[in-house]
Amino acid sequence: MRNLKAVLASAAISLTLVACGDNDTTEQKKEAAPAKKEAVEQKAPEKVEPVKIGFVYVSPIGDAGYTYQHDLGRKAIEEKFGDKIKVSFVESVAEGPDAERVIMNYAKSDYKAVFATSFGYMNPTLKVAKSFPKVAFEHATGYKRAANVNTYLARFYESRYLTGLVAGSMTKSNVIGYVAAFPIPEVVRGINAFTRGIRAVNDKAQVRVIWTNSWFDPGKEREAADTLIGQKADVLTMHADSPATIQAAEDAGIYAIGYNSDFSKFGPNSHLTSSVTNWAPYYVKRVGEILDGSWKGNQDTWEGLSADMVQVAPFHNDVPQEVRDHVEQAKADIIAGKLHPFAGPINDNEGKERVAGGQTMSDGDMLGFNWYVEGVVGKLPQ
Amino acid sequence: MIRIEPRLSPSKIMVYGAPLLAVGLTLVAGALLFGALGYSPTRSMYLFFIAPISDSYGLTELFLKATPLTLCAVGLAVGFRGNVWNIGAEGQLTMGAIAAGAIAVTWHDSTSFLLLPIMMMAGVLGGLAWAAIPAFLKTRFHANEILTSLMLTYVASLFLGYLVNGPLRNPEGFNFPESRMFGDAGLMPLLVEGSRLHIGALIALFIVLLAWLIMSRTLIGFQIKVVGLTPLAAHYAGFSPKKIIWMSLLLGGGLAGLAGMFEVAGPIGQLQPVISPGYGFTAIIVAFLGRLHPVGILCAALLVALSYLGGETVQMELSLPLAVTGVFQGMLLFFLLACDVLINFRFVLGSKRKAVP
Repeated sequence: MRNLKAVLASAAISLTLVACGDNDTTEQKKEAAPAKKEAVEQKAPEKVEPVKIGFVYVSPIGDAGYTYQHDLGRKAIEEKFGDKIKVSFVESVAEGPDAERVIMNYAKSDYKAVFATSFGYMNPTLKVAKSFPKVAFEHATGYKRAANVNTYLARFYESRYLTGLVAGSMTKSNVIGYVAAFPIPEVVRGINAFTRGIRAVNDKAQVRVIWTNSWFDPGKEREAADTLIGQKADVLTMHADSPATIQAAEDAGIYAIGYNSDFSKFGPNSHLTSSVTNWAPYYVKRVGEILDGSWKGNQDTWEGLSADMVQVAPFHNDVPQEVRDHVEQAKADIIAGKLHPFAGPINDNEGKERVAGGQTMSDGDMLGFNWYVEGVVGKLPQ
Repeated sequence: MIRIEPRLSPSKIMVYGAPLLAVGLTLVAGALLFGALGYSPTRSMYLFFIAPISDSYGLTELFLKATPLTLCAVGLAVGFRGNVWNIGAEGQLTMGAIAAGAIAVTWHDSTSFLLLPIMMMAGVLGGLAWAAIPAFLKTRFHANEILTSLMLTYVASLFLGYLVNGPLRNPEGFNFPESRMFGDAGLMPLLVEGSRLHIGALIALFIVLLAWLIMSRTLIGFQIKVVGLTPLAAHYAGFSPKKIIWMSLLLGGGLAGLAGMFEVAGPIGQLQPVISPGYGFTAIIVAFLGRLHPVGILCAALLVALSYLGGETVQMELSLPLAVTGVFQGMLLFFLLACDVLINFRFVLGSKRKAVP
């Protein structure tokens, strides 16, 4: 049944894409026309081959979500660097052997840089990077680097914390539902930051988590969301790539908070705000370095609100002014370093103290999160 | 006017000609589709079907991608011939990968040349054991194997998720759900230096030939075909349907498990939350595209593998969406089913049956 659904869904997607494809080509033609004119006016400037840059996406780009945000970053570099670069992407690349082939094909076809945007591309990226020391590789969310491999990540947890403040203020049932993909540290960190935000304004509220074991599975996400609604959740959020959770909240007449993209168009009545990731500044910076030759490997980037890599989407009308002010204040404090979502004292949800008062979790501890903070119901799958 | 008229007997030419005709029609329709999208049909067809395999690296990648598809499909086809509908090759593949991977992870610092053969055996046994469950349920309780084998696929993938999140997780991996990388002794030897093609591809080829021999030259092959075609005749002949069910499910499961072992000990090199991007399900298409014949399946697996590679190339070169790959595979199946009509029917010109002179 799920496969039948998938077939139908992909058929529908392919139809829309075919329709969109037509528009894209006409737009490209429109854009290309003035560029040509300029070239003529400048009287045959030196022909410089554009620098080729490739992106590898784990899911379809779609209308919102993780890959969609990366693709906005790709568009930002296209806009910024114009015909100095030629950018291409491959979407829905499975983590594993397929990823290595796609990355390899980029490297073999004289691409100067490859952005591998999913955790499971880590080992394939490193394997290919070894054979192509002159190609720059950028891997999102991983922890292994090399002379020509950088890693980068956004401090999602900062905006998660801010949206947690909103959820904690808006809930009446004091049950908040969380549809989550995989029990990996990155996702657990989001759950914990969100819960810390909720608990900062509402110490009675609880967060209930359901795992879907998939980054993108609208059917499972919808089921999980409906189950959480059945458990009296009146605010939902998700760490998954489809809008199913927002739509479930919309249908049930409760609130929802999005992740990665601004999901407001999927829930005009339910969508309070979203924790948004903005890769554009990072991509513009790195591509600039590749063009002027200053790019270096072995670097790790982990930036958040202060570098504009994470943002909070515009609020729904239902969010009262004092909540908005509180979020703004907390945001300013995080940027100023006065507030940290994981500043002690922090207890885990079994009552054990994990971070003492006056201390703040280190980046290393946050990167390896494998326990729930107080306020999350249940046990982390081990 | 053109009429469709039943043939007196199925056309021998069309049994083999229909798949070729379907491929041809897919190429024509694909070229038209690309043309309608505003891309040069010849260039896009070149990028889709020729460019991916225009160098030796591309060829090795094609064989690498076709290997698990072939192994799964050959095993499934034997069952399909005998009316045993194993839909769960994906789960059997996963269990094979788990069994082999658990051994590789446990003895990751072993340098023994025995490790790899043991992993292969474990892979086969893992898939075989998983397929034995539907076989037992079918023969003992008449439970429909389509349902049980499919459901067990989800159990297998959840079990894998549990293992890489827990017992088999890499202790140095920051709690990410992955096992450690296998040691060198736990990796398949490469066939071509500098590529990822390993000896599993040769073993798969050998298995294709073996399956062909078994199906065409042995009593058990004959029994499977008879049970599939006319169960009643098989009953009168005293062939045991239970034996056929057990045999074909265990064979399908074992081969799928071997395919899973080849994946983890080949291009992946570790256990991760998802092993196969749907090889077990795609193998069903491959089995039918290849007419349930081992050699046909080999060709079909190469063709389907090429469609994946080509889909990536047109995305990279033309920025076409991934859905193009799906559209191509869909057209291929559509034309194949449509062309199958020609086996039992033929087109005749003229509005009426001509009077006998």
